[in-house]
Amino acid sequence: MKKIIINAIVFVFCLASFKLFAAESAIPLDKAPVDITDNASLQRGAESFVSYCLTCHGASFMRYNRHRDIGLSNEEILSKLVHTGQKVGGLMQSAMRKKEGEEWFGVVPPDLSVIARSRGADWLYSYLRAFYRDDATATGWNNLVFDRAAMPHVLYELQGEQKLITKASDKGEQKTLSLEKPGELTSVEYDKFVGDLVNYLVYLGEPHANSRKELGLMVMAFLFGMLILSYVLKREYWRDIH
Amino acid sequence: MSNLFNSMIAWVDKRFPLTSNWKAHLSEYYAPKNFNFWYYFGSLALLVLVNQLITGIFLTMNYKPDASLAFSSVEYIMRDVEYGWLIRYMHSTGASMFFVVVYLHMFRGMMYGSYRKPRELLWLVGMGIFFILMSLAFTGYILPWGQMSYWGAQVIVSMFGAIPVVGDTLQQWLLGDFTLSDAALNRFFAYHVVTLPILLVVLVFVHILALHETGSNNPDGIEIKTNKNPKTGIPVDGIPFHPYYTVKDIVGVVVFLIVFCGIIFFAPEMGGYFLEYNNFIPANTLQTPDHIAPVWYFTPYYSMLRAVTVNFLGIDAKLWGVILMAGSVVIFCFLPWLDRSPVKSIRYKGPYFKVALTLFVISFFVLGWLGTKSPTPMYTLLAQIFTVIYFAFFILMPWYSKIDKVKPEPKRLMKE
Repeated sequence: MKKIIINAIVFVFCLASFKLFAAESAIPLDKAPVDITDNASLQRGAESFVSYCLTCHGASFMRYNRHRDIGLSNEEILSKLVHTGQKVGGLMQSAMRKKEGEEWFGVVPPDLSVIARSRGADWLYSYLRAFYRDDATATGWNNLVFDRAAMPHVLYELQGEQKLITKASDKGEQKTLSLEKPGELTSVEYDKFVGDLVNYLVYLGEPHANSRKELGLMVMAFLFGMLILSYVLKREYWRDIH
Repeated sequence: MSNLFNSMIAWVDKRFPLTSNWKAHLSEYYAPKNFNFWYYFGSLALLVLVNQLITGIFLTMNYKPDASLAFSSVEYIMRDVEYGWLIRYMHSTGASMFFVVVYLHMFRGMMYGSYRKPRELLWLVGMGIFFILMSLAFTGYILPWGQMSYWGAQVIVSMFGAIPVVGDTLQQWLLGDFTLSDAALNRFFAYHVVTLPILLVVLVFVHILALHETGSNNPDGIEIKTNKNPKTGIPVDGIPFHPYYTVKDIVGVVVFLIVFCGIIFFAPEMGGYFLEYNNFIPANTLQTPDHIAPVWYFTPYYSMLRAVTVNFLGIDAKLWGVILMAGSVVIFCFLPWLDRSPVKSIRYKGPYFKVALTLFVISFFVLGWLGTKSPTPMYTLLAQIFTVIYFAFFILMPWYSKIDKVKPEPKRLMKE
């Protein structure tokens, strides 16, 4: 029930403000399955994040012990998430040095703390599923959502290798991807894996989002009560004004 | 007990004009009794001002005005400071809502002729507040040092460079450096938290003093002071501000807070309008974003800045843009002298004014929308057309307001 109310309020406030500035992409983006109240999904996403992303990217505005919000204990955080020997209150910094990143990829891999807030969940979800083999690039990989992305396909063992298929149609060139070599996961499993990861990135962008909405409901309930009281007070005072 | 209280008040009154001021500004300040919806926004602007001052103080305690720390300090406020996210969202939402409220407040003044004699100074002080508010918004938006902070500021600062002869020197003087850098961030921080807030608070005080000298206008645009009760000397259509408008404004405050908190708690980014997505990327001095858009409240002026594409009258297109942009704001100051209608309120003005005001509002919205878009030839043409309409509202006003067919004003306030 609470979730329905929250969603309804969010819907009303977003309705008036259709997204103008979201990252524009050449191909239509897939809808990311985001639900930051789903702790199991966030925990899976967090584990994938530290195993696959944190080697090169930092999330250096986030502290490990913040993950207590998603249902992990300090001990679980230390065993599952901290692989760098840091303390539980430490920041999620990348193991890689900035200079190394620049030498290896040409650019410093961006910090991912608020990446979901600048790129948007749908962009990330589509991007992480749109890598394909391209021998013309330095890394051997290219991406349909982000052309000539500096990042190689880190998850290729899981997804396998995709190939770009270009078809000419009346609407111009149509680009699609097909799976050439399957990976360890089926495509449904891989989508779920990326879905959890993106869900975690959304949580990472604003860890207080859930408590924000919960507090918001209480504030709203209070204000509606105040509205009735203040209106009755006003009517009482204004009775003698004609 | 009440004796003790009375003697305390008497003690103060001998040393400070407490009771007389309470009476002059609240309990015996007579306001017209027919204030409608549009009259809430003055007190709401005061509420948002207080919100900005208080949340601003708490943000200052944790923010670092340093190009290498600013972005991360904002993120630490959002994560590690207790309720830092709430304080920050209250401040960022408050910035946008300040403009919502002030625009509606100004529109009220335009509808009911609140700028007309004898309230010209009141209007000018209000315009001063508006200029300070714009400067505050600009200097505040730089502080998170994100991509839009940096490149948006770059656009604004380069406008000063377009001024002939002194432009470059002025730009360097403003920035304290040859480019937008840490030096500029520090001085903009100083303006944002010290200079401009002090000026704003003083001007708001003067604005209220001026209002209470002339008395409030009303939706009928007639002076209630011309019809006083001969015995009491109180305007027959006036009611004491306190308690009548204090209790009424509380209702307005609660309704406003419902909207305000709705945004803070459920849509703090407001779909990229209140917090732009690109401002979640740290400022990168080497990478210009594909698309630079100011926050929504500056977009109408930004459209006009971009609208001029050719040099004419021997003046560079860029300089024309700057002139138009500055002119579009300054021109409001001349309203008291541009309006030559015999009546004040839109209720008794004729069709010309109603059409002109409608076109003006449409052009303001269209220019605002265009300012969020990347320019295309079509959009630029639209911006040019609506810039002309925007200015025509003001420049043609002495003519159309004079020949307009007005209705007679009533002697007493009309019932709502």
